[in-house]
Amino acid sequence: MIKQKKVAAANSAATSLGQDAWQRLCQNRMAQIGGSIFILISLLCLIGPFFVSNTYDATNLAYGAQAPSAEHWFGTDDLGRDVFIRTLLGGRISIGVGFAATVVALLIGVPYGAIAGYAGGRTEALSMRFVDAIYALPFTIIVILLTTWLGRSIVLLFLAIGAVEWLTMARIVRGQSKALRKQTYVEAAMINGVPHHRILLRHILPNMLGPIIVYTTLTIPAVILLESILSFVGLGVQPPMSSWGILINEGAMKMDIYPWLLIFPALFFSLTIFALNFIGDGLRDALDPKES
Amino acid sequence: MFNHIARRLLHALPTLWLVATLTFILLRLAPGGPFDSEKQVHPTVRAQIEAHYGLDQPIYRQYLRFIGNLLQGDLGPSYKYEGWNVQEIIAQSAPVSLELGALALVVAIVVGMPLGVLASLRHHRPAESILMGIAMLGICLPAFVLGPLLLLVFSSSLDWFNPLGWNYPSDRVLPAFTLGLFYAAYIARLARSGMLDVMQHEYIRTARAKGLKESVIVCRHTLRTALYPVVAYIGPAVAGLISGSFVVETIFFIPGLGQFFVNSAFNRDYSMVVGTALFYALLIILFNLLVDIIQMWMNPRTRND
Repeated sequence: MIKQKKVAAANSAATSLGQDAWQRLCQNRMAQIGGSIFILISLLCLIGPFFVSNTYDATNLAYGAQAPSAEHWFGTDDLGRDVFIRTLLGGRISIGVGFAATVVALLIGVPYGAIAGYAGGRTEALSMRFVDAIYALPFTIIVILLTTWLGRSIVLLFLAIGAVEWLTMARIVRGQSKALRKQTYVEAAMINGVPHHRILLRHILPNMLGPIIVYTTLTIPAVILLESILSFVGLGVQPPMSSWGILINEGAMKMDIYPWLLIFPALFFSLTIFALNFIGDGLRDALDPKES
Repeated sequence: MFNHIARRLLHALPTLWLVATLTFILLRLAPGGPFDSEKQVHPTVRAQIEAHYGLDQPIYRQYLRFIGNLLQGDLGPSYKYEGWNVQEIIAQSAPVSLELGALALVVAIVVGMPLGVLASLRHHRPAESILMGIAMLGICLPAFVLGPLLLLVFSSSLDWFNPLGWNYPSDRVLPAFTLGLFYAAYIARLARSGMLDVMQHEYIRTARAKGLKESVIVCRHTLRTALYPVVAYIGPAVAGLISGSFVVETIFFIPGLGQFFVNSAFNRDYSMVVGTALFYALLIILFNLLVDIIQMWMNPRTRND
């Protein structure tokens, strides 16, 4: 810890905050392990399916459920479908929804929070009151309400999840923007007659990047978890498409006889959540301005 | 203090109104009515059904009627469970969910607190890493992974518990642990960091200097302050327990409100979904208020405001 600080102090004269943060991140072992696990799983899910000869929907009823073997690494389900490829494709959807919904949350939350905090006064009070009111309900309930309305297609699913996850983003960004607005350089820009949107883009936004990045990494596992909960209870991704939530649900129903149907998707899912949380924590420590 | 409570209650009203209005708008705009899934119904019959539920009225009339009924505690008839009012279904199934939630909260505190306190007392020793490793594991295992795993071990293999149902006291054990262990892990982390924080204070050193036994220091001095962040966490935890109950009730086939909520979302049972969401909102607001009051009572500095 002390050594870490010394290194950081010695370099702080010559390096930018970004380089500094990167260095700190590289020294955080848990974040490194998390990062490696996540990159490995993502690559596996993204590229893996191209190299596996089994297809996800090829059923072989005569073959039935088989325990893991050299041909089917994770075994097959009772319809004879390969569990390995299904886990990878499920991961594609789960991670994909995680990223897509997070982008939606970013696109709504950041402008909303930044403008609310920057505007101040009644605009801020009203817009944040609205956020607080929705915030009173757990996200799962709101997303279930939204999916009742929107239907259960995958695009609508990540829109619905993004439509609630932006709330936290807006709250965090608004606090930052409110604090930055009072900085002298922002006041100087205002006096010089710089238009508001330029101030927001040039002065406010770049200075909030740290918290935004940290919160974005923490939103992704939250979204993956939410999607899996919904898919698990049957309100999320619909079969024959699979996501980890669906696979775990199917596995849970047959775990007495075919435990591998549950174990492999659950393992992939838990490792991903675990890894992403460590990356987020590591980034938070690395980007904390108090450290530099 | 009473002023504070009254103010918080007043703040809750616009929230409830907004939740009610938003859910009303969302569900009335929903494509496909509640009777869509039924087979071809004669238009006259259909019109009669819609008139019965007030769906033929202009939307603002429906809204006013909805809010008016709400104020009298009437959530209207369920669209799918014929002959039942939403508040009757809630009254029947909510106690089951509340019992499950309360037990899970007990598990969370009874497991989590000692784990965290013990870890803090073994700071920088292997025991701490092991205990916190267990806590981390709990955080990475959401209910829908943990539940099936617990069933696999304790029900299928060891045959200690029934795999499903809500009939005997022993049926409560696995669901309560499934729902509660995540929060136990979280509470353990909070309790540990809270304890470590407090132990650096001067008054703990004074207590040590006076020669007090370690057990007395922990019970009398540190625990009380270290509990503060844990109590603050109970508010958000309750919101999480509600979402968790959807999953746990599905896994263990528990006839609670969570199952009804998920099923009614599936069936597009408008009034049921709105009613349940409102009920949840009310529950969470009340719980946050309760936590607020406990915190005020715990912290003498805010007691006399």
